[in-house]
Amino acid sequence: MPAPTTKRQSHGLSNALSGWLMSLPLALILFFFLLLPIVTIVIVSFWGATEYSIYPAFQFDNYEFLLTSPVTYQVFLNTIKYAVIAWAATLLIGFTIAYFLAFHVRSLVWQIALFLLCTIPFWTSNIIRMISWIPFLGRNGIANSTLIDLGIIDQPLEWLLYSDFAVILAFVHLYTLFMVVPIFNTMMRIDKSLLEAAYDNGATGFQTLTNVIIPLTKPGIMIGSIFVITLVMGDFITVRFMSGSQKANVGRLISNDIGLLQYPSACATAVILLMTVLLVIAVMLHFVDIRKEL
Amino acid sequence: MSAKSALELIKLTKRYGDTVAVEAIDQTIPNGTYACLLGPSGCGKSSTLRMIAGHETVSSGDILQNSLNITDLPPARRGTAMMFQSYALFPHLSVVDNVAFSLKMKGVDKKTRQAEARQLLELVDMAPYGDRLPTQLSGGQQQRVALARALITKPSILLLDEPLSALDPFLRIRMRTELKRLQRELGISFIHVTHSQDEALALADHIIVMNGGRIEQDGPPQTVFDAPRTEFVARFIGGHNILGETHGKMAVRTDRMSILQDQPEGQAMPATVRAVEYLGTMVNVTVEAPDAGELTVSVGDTAFFAKPVEIGQSVFLKWKPEHAHSLAA
Repeated sequence: MPAPTTKRQSHGLSNALSGWLMSLPLALILFFFLLLPIVTIVIVSFWGATEYSIYPAFQFDNYEFLLTSPVTYQVFLNTIKYAVIAWAATLLIGFTIAYFLAFHVRSLVWQIALFLLCTIPFWTSNIIRMISWIPFLGRNGIANSTLIDLGIIDQPLEWLLYSDFAVILAFVHLYTLFMVVPIFNTMMRIDKSLLEAAYDNGATGFQTLTNVIIPLTKPGIMIGSIFVITLVMGDFITVRFMSGSQKANVGRLISNDIGLLQYPSACATAVILLMTVLLVIAVMLHFVDIRKEL
Repeated sequence: MSAKSALELIKLTKRYGDTVAVEAIDQTIPNGTYACLLGPSGCGKSSTLRMIAGHETVSSGDILQNSLNITDLPPARRGTAMMFQSYALFPHLSVVDNVAFSLKMKGVDKKTRQAEARQLLELVDMAPYGDRLPTQLSGGQQQRVALARALITKPSILLLDEPLSALDPFLRIRMRTELKRLQRELGISFIHVTHSQDEALALADHIIVMNGGRIEQDGPPQTVFDAPRTEFVARFIGGHNILGETHGKMAVRTDRMSILQDQPEGQAMPATVRAVEYLGTMVNVTVEAPDAGELTVSVGDTAFFAKPVEIGQSVFLKWKPEHAHSLAA
């Protein structure tokens, strides 16, 4: 008896082929704009350089110089210090803002309105927002003159501008929203009846925060933390402006090398920075699974 | 049991701005009662429950529990526990930790609270699932966990907000039996909000039918079903035909009417058969009467098939006068 010969209709391309075709555009973009530049940086990091030229080679001179110089460690340490302090401050402020928006603002309209209010500073460029701190914090700036007028201090505070304080203040100002957005997003997904259930089970407000809200917000906290830490560790312009070129971080190290056309050395530093950041993120991901959030 | 050991609602009112969700209701629910708040959505039954639970502030009126005014107490100090419609299990905690949550809040040490939680899980037949996360459980299992979590606080009243609505029909009937068994064994009051009259009739010792923020009727299920006080109750509880007589409306149970193929002696209502619905043990015959509109008559299957009627056939309806209840306007 002949088997039924009716074949199922298809669009002509095999599933495997159409799958490859569909992922091709993104693959090309990632290849040319992410993978290729990184590979180039890694390759150039092994090149050699003299005062006036760079030449292709495969040598470890750049890394040897970097890893044996005490300056490198100092600068990396300083970068990590900025990252940790900025992270802690943005987390504290960002969590508080997100908590307020998600749980205390009852109406959706107000939530959206206040959320947009948070984004208004982002309508101007990073650098303008940064520079606008200078007249405020300067020796004869608004902050100092106000404090003197109020009789709180006699002498202008020197540490307000061109200091670690100024650098971290700018970081916090620039990057807190990167903490607010993902945390707010996870908080909005928390079923409100869970908070009622906690209340019904006798939890105080603080117990609800530590036992229900923080554990459920962890993925958002983690995403925000990754944003802030990578942004702060890769930054160079904020440190340069706000410290008046008196403080250093890895970004400035790289930027100085580039200024001196020492590309191989800049690349080697960049590779080590990249590995440090990846290591930090790997450690963070070890603690919280953010995949369910994506 | 003293007369005072009961939950009392006194002129309990809930307003949201200008709208009144619950309007000055009075009700007494003796301890150890399975009470059902029954009504369509928006009738105020959930608001009432949430006010009893302490999750909704009371606009005016009082809630007394064993003569103690609990109107303004926080939920955990009222002796009530709430089981939420969505179960509201903490997704990041294991089943045992979910059940032990209230003990943790009280500062009970880990070993004691976990042991107690496992006992409660035993009670709801969930002992083997203690270490799983809520997402790894089926709806029925999640519900049992929610039940255990509510019961661990040793409440004297368990409040259930549409507990069965998320379950499939088969499971719904099984959980229904289970809820009733638990209530009998524990001897505490259950207050159960539902929009399903089947559920209310099957479970309740005391049914409270609500509509538009007021109580339409309350009493034992048999009374409410047999003698609905108003047209709303008769229609909502189902199984009744409403007849508009000259001196007000009457309700007659659909299974108390009989269909006759030939005109009988005495009074009978002429009608035409419009539809026949076979339900297994019963057959629902929809008829259209010129004086009363569309009516339903439930006939036992044996009786129906002994003398079946067909669509379009002219028939006569008859019922005993004592089976007709007049309804309040």
